[in-house]
Amino acid sequence: MEKKTPNRSLIDEISAIPGGEGVRLCIQCGTCTASCPNADRMEHTPSQLIAMARAGMRDEVLSSNAMWYCLSCYLCTVRCPRGIKQTELMHALESLAVRQGLATGRSRTPIMYRSFNDFVYSLGSLPDFGFMAWFYILSNPLRAVRMLPVLMGLIRHGRLSVKARRLKPEGANQLRAMLDKADSIGGAA
Amino acid sequence: MRYYSYFPGCSSSEGFGKAYGQSALAVAKVLDTELIEIEDWNCCGSTPYSSEDELAFLCLSARNLALAEKRGFDLVTPCSSCYVNLKRTNSYLKQYPEMRAKVDECLAAGKLEYHGTVKVRHLLDVLSNDIGYEAIKAKVTKPLNGLKVAAYYGCQIVRPTPGFDHPEFPESLDKLIVSLGGEAVPFPLKSRCCGGSLIIPEEGLALNLMKKLFDSAASNGAECLVTVCPLCQFNLDAYQSRVNKKLKANFNLPVLFFTQLMGVAFGLSEPDLGLKTCVVPTEKVLAKFR
Repeated sequence: MEKKTPNRSLIDEISAIPGGEGVRLCIQCGTCTASCPNADRMEHTPSQLIAMARAGMRDEVLSSNAMWYCLSCYLCTVRCPRGIKQTELMHALESLAVRQGLATGRSRTPIMYRSFNDFVYSLGSLPDFGFMAWFYILSNPLRAVRMLPVLMGLIRHGRLSVKARRLKPEGANQLRAMLDKADSIGGAA
Repeated sequence: MRYYSYFPGCSSSEGFGKAYGQSALAVAKVLDTELIEIEDWNCCGSTPYSSEDELAFLCLSARNLALAEKRGFDLVTPCSSCYVNLKRTNSYLKQYPEMRAKVDECLAAGKLEYHGTVKVRHLLDVLSNDIGYEAIKAKVTKPLNGLKVAAYYGCQIVRPTPGFDHPEFPESLDKLIVSLGGEAVPFPLKSRCCGGSLIIPEEGLALNLMKKLFDSAASNGAECLVTVCPLCQFNLDAYQSRVNKKLKANFNLPVLFFTQLMGVAFGLSEPDLGLKTCVVPTEKVLAKFR
């Protein structure tokens, strides 16, 4: 008999996102954690996150820095003996954390994602320079100073273009119509 | 003549991986292969979009796939991230009918439809398996004479779904290097992560991973690294000096796109190769062949 009733809704929410359904299949063998290049830097390892989610620890799971340290290298996914798409599960946790306002301030990755997505949403493409500049403006402009040697190297070798690739007006409008539709019908099943 | 739909991705078209796109097109031409760019394609959405809004992410990719479907050829991309995301969209649309219905509705809002028939391929797959090592070897005019190369695959070209090569110990790029006359040195970490996009928000984590890769390549005698992904190349090349500075190392390994190395062996010249865009100088290592 379980003493605590697990918070069903967190598990249901995770399962409703494509790739998240595997959360119910985990046998806690730890293969994902042993495979993860960043597990030792995470507040909770990948397998711990699953155990905590199943125990209904919503705030602890969704405010963890763990999923934001995921590299999407998919090593866990190809090794999981239960066929869990662990990387996609990390993405599902990221998206729930953002939607519920719990994305951690202890990683700058949520800000990087936002900078990226702002550009892709408005232009349909990703201009490197604009994206990086926007990231440093949103996170900490002072950190950009430390990046100057890297930036100079890129500029010197003609690698950094300030020009953004733009879609033709018809293409841009088409994409906007699709994304607006997606926004109106909502993502999670 | 072979024909493919071509999806360069943001980096390899106008971005920091521009030399990748240029050299890919030049090399394909030598191999009688036409890469026909999809008209007015958009960003694949990559990991950041799929991690915030799954439906909008699938829409971004589905639009590209729908545009490619009109032409009917396999869709080729040189970018590992575009590859994994376009492929994932294909499999998710089959696997999750409810999402499929929503994506169809969004496509209709853009007056598009997608029937799921486009096969998504990575450029390395096409060159290795469609064109083949013998045909590549036949075009070599400046054999690499045993140049010691570390073939770096990174993650998303071989994982997660069963693809054209082994998910942890791939060999196709090694074989390609050999067909150019080079030597592919043992490189145990060849499919381990370079830090990916975390280089921007969490630099420390990424630098540590890169140092392990450089150690592995250098200790096996590699004179240079080749990559199959614009982000891997960007990290290993532009941030090599940061690894040296922050982690007290002294690496000096040129990092080339595999299409640049092919171009060198095919006797191509600038601006097709774009070697000047490499931050770690390539001249010394490639002087013998140019």
